[in-house]
Amino acid sequence: MEILLQQILNGLVLGSVYALIALGYTMVYGILQLINFTHGEVLMVGAMVCMTVVAALHAAFPSLPGPLLLVAAAIIAIPVCMALSAAIERIAYRPLRNAPRLAPLITAIGLSIVLQTLAMLIWGPNPMVFPDLLPTDPIQIGGAFLAPKQLLILVTAAVLMAGLITMVQFSRLGRAMRAVSENPKMAMLMGVNADRVIALTFMIGAALAAVAGLLVAMNYNIVQFTMGFIPGLKAFTAAVLGGIGNIPGAVLGGLLLGVIESLGAGYIGDLTGGFLGSHYQDIFAFAVLIVVLIFRPSGLLGERVADRA
Amino acid sequence: MTPQGNRSLTTPGSRQALLATVLIGLALVLLPFAAAEFGNAWVRILAFALLYVMLALGLNIVVGYAGLLDLGYVAFYAVGAYLYALLASPHLAENFEWIAQTFPDGLHSSIWFVIPLSAVVAAGFGVLLGFPVLRLRGDYLAIVTLGFGEIIRIFMNNLNAPANITNGPQGITNIDPISIAGVSLAQPLQIGELSLPSVQLYYYLFLVLTLLVVLVSVRLQSSRVGRAWMAIREDEIAAKAMGINTRNIKLLAFAMGASFGGVSGAMFSAFQGFVSPESFVLMESIVIVAMVVLGGMGNVKGVVLGAVLLYAIPEALRHLAKPIQLQLLGHEYIAPEALRMLLFGLSMVLIMLYRPHGLIPRHHAGGRT
Repeated sequence: MEILLQQILNGLVLGSVYALIALGYTMVYGILQLINFTHGEVLMVGAMVCMTVVAALHAAFPSLPGPLLLVAAAIIAIPVCMALSAAIERIAYRPLRNAPRLAPLITAIGLSIVLQTLAMLIWGPNPMVFPDLLPTDPIQIGGAFLAPKQLLILVTAAVLMAGLITMVQFSRLGRAMRAVSENPKMAMLMGVNADRVIALTFMIGAALAAVAGLLVAMNYNIVQFTMGFIPGLKAFTAAVLGGIGNIPGAVLGGLLLGVIESLGAGYIGDLTGGFLGSHYQDIFAFAVLIVVLIFRPSGLLGERVADRA
Repeated sequence: MTPQGNRSLTTPGSRQALLATVLIGLALVLLPFAAAEFGNAWVRILAFALLYVMLALGLNIVVGYAGLLDLGYVAFYAVGAYLYALLASPHLAENFEWIAQTFPDGLHSSIWFVIPLSAVVAAGFGVLLGFPVLRLRGDYLAIVTLGFGEIIRIFMNNLNAPANITNGPQGITNIDPISIAGVSLAQPLQIGELSLPSVQLYYYLFLVLTLLVVLVSVRLQSSRVGRAWMAIREDEIAAKAMGINTRNIKLLAFAMGASFGGVSGAMFSAFQGFVSPESFVLMESIVIVAMVVLGGMGNVKGVVLGAVLLYAIPEALRHLAKPIQLQLLGHEYIAPEALRMLLFGLSMVLIMLYRPHGLIPRHHAGGRT
C-alpha cells in the first residue's frame, strides 16, 4: 500500500513536469496544427543555461542559498528560451506556413539537430552533475516520502499551469490566442495581429519549457545535450493523451502519463513474472500513445479528430 | 525534367540513353578498382553508400510514393539485421539447449533463405506498424512511427534477460559472412590474374541488389499500385472516392518499404559480422528521411542522389575536416562528427526553405503534398 502511494506520488511529480512541457506543444498545435519538434531542445537549452548560471553564481558567491540560485537560474533561462523559440518560429515555421505539411516538420528536425550539436559544442558532450540546491531530507506524507525538490516541482508546475489557464481564459492575449486558433483569417479580420499572437504563443511555451528544464535538471541531477528528446516525446504523448490543442487536456494527460509510467515501471516485473523489467519504462509512453491513437484519436478531452492532422 | 528523360531509365528509347546506361554501368563496375587505389576503406565507403541507397529507396516508397512520413524506418533495418545475425551466428545455439541439439553444427543459413525471409519478416513488421497508424496522417504518423522505432530498439537492448535472445547492448558477434554458390565473400576471389578483395565482392553484391531495388522502384512508380499510392498522397479522400482500397494500399506501402529495409539490414549484418542496438538509433532513421527529402521525395534519381550525397559528404568530411581547419585556422575547432551533424541539420533546414520539393523534384511537383 505504501509502495503504491509512493509510486503514485513519484508519478505525479514526473507527470507535472510532462504536463508543463505538454502545454507548449498543445498551445502551438491548437493555433497552427503543427507539432513543434524543437520544443524538447528548448527545454534542454533551458536546463543548460540554468546549469551555467548555477555554477557561475556558486563559484562567485559560495554563500548564496540554494533556492536563490534556482530562482536566479530561472530568471535568466526563461528569456533565453523565449528568444530562442521566437527565433525558431521566425526561421523555421513562419516562412513555411503555407508549404506542404511535411516541410515544417523537416525543418524542425533539422533545427533540433543543429541545436543539439551547438549545445554539445558549447557545453561539451559529457553529462554534467546538477547540484542539489535544496535540503534533501524527505518529507513524510502518509506512508510515502517526498523529497523537498519533488514538492517544489509539484508546486511550481501547479502554479504555472493555473496561471496559464487563467491567462488563456481571461486576458486579452488569451482571448486573441483562442480567436486565432479558432479561425486565423477571421481573427485577423477582427484586428488580431495573428503573427504576433503566434510568436507570443511560442514564447510562452518556451518559458514553460525553460522552467521544466530546470525542474528536470533538479529532479535527475544531471544535464546533457541529449536530455531534451525523451521528455519532449513523452510530453507530446501527454498532449495527445489529453487531446492535443486542449490546455486542461495537456495537464490531465501529463499527470496521467506520469502515474502510468511510474506504476508501470514499478509493477511490470511482477506482472510479467520477471520477464520484462523496469528498464522498459520508456515503452509505456509509446504504448499509451499508440493505444490512444487507435481507440480515441481525439484524446481524453479533445474534440478534434486525429484525421485532421 | 522532360517526360523522355523520366522514361529513359526503364525503356531506353534513344541510343543516347542506352549509351548513358552502359557508361554508368561500366563506371559503377570499375569504381571500386579506382577507390581501391586509395585503400580498401574507400571501397567499404562505396559499399555502405549502396546500402544507404537501398534504404533510402525503400523509405521512398513509404514517404515519397505514398506520402506517409515514417520516422522509425530503421526498425525494419534492425529487424533484417538481427534476423540474419540470429540465423547465421553461434549465438542462439550457445544460449538455447534445444537449438544446439537440433543444429549440432550451429545455425548457418544460406542467403537464399535469409534474403526472402528478412524481406517477409520485415514486411510483417511493416504491417504491424501500419495497422494502428492507418487513420493517422502527417505529424501524428511521424511521432507514432518514431515511437515504434524506439520500441524495437529498446527491446533489442533489453532482450538479453531472462532469455538471452539479442545479447543486449553487447550485440551479436561472429556472424557468418555471405557465401554464394560455395564462394565465401569473406575471402578474396581469384579470377585468373585478378584478385578481388572481400569488400569489393560485397560491393558487387550490393550493387546487384541496389540495381534490383532501383528497377523495382521505377517499375512500381507507373504501376497500378504506384499510381494508387500517389493518389493517396495527393488526396486520400479523393483516392477513396475513386475506388482505391486505401487501407490495403497503405499497408502494402508499409510492407514493401519495410521489406527493402529488411534486406538491407540482413546485408549490413553479414557485411559487418556484428550487430548491436547502437546501429539502429533514431538518428539513423532521420538520416534516411533526410536523404529522401533532400534528394526529392518520390523521385528515384533524386533519392539516389540524396543518399549518395548525404553519405559521401560526411565521410569525406571525416577525412578532410581536420586538415582544412588546421590549414585555415591553425587549430581544430569543431570535431568532424559535430561538423557533420551541423551541416546535416542546416542543410535540412535550408533545402526545405528554398527547395521544399528536394534537389531533383519529382514530376508534377506542383501539387499538394
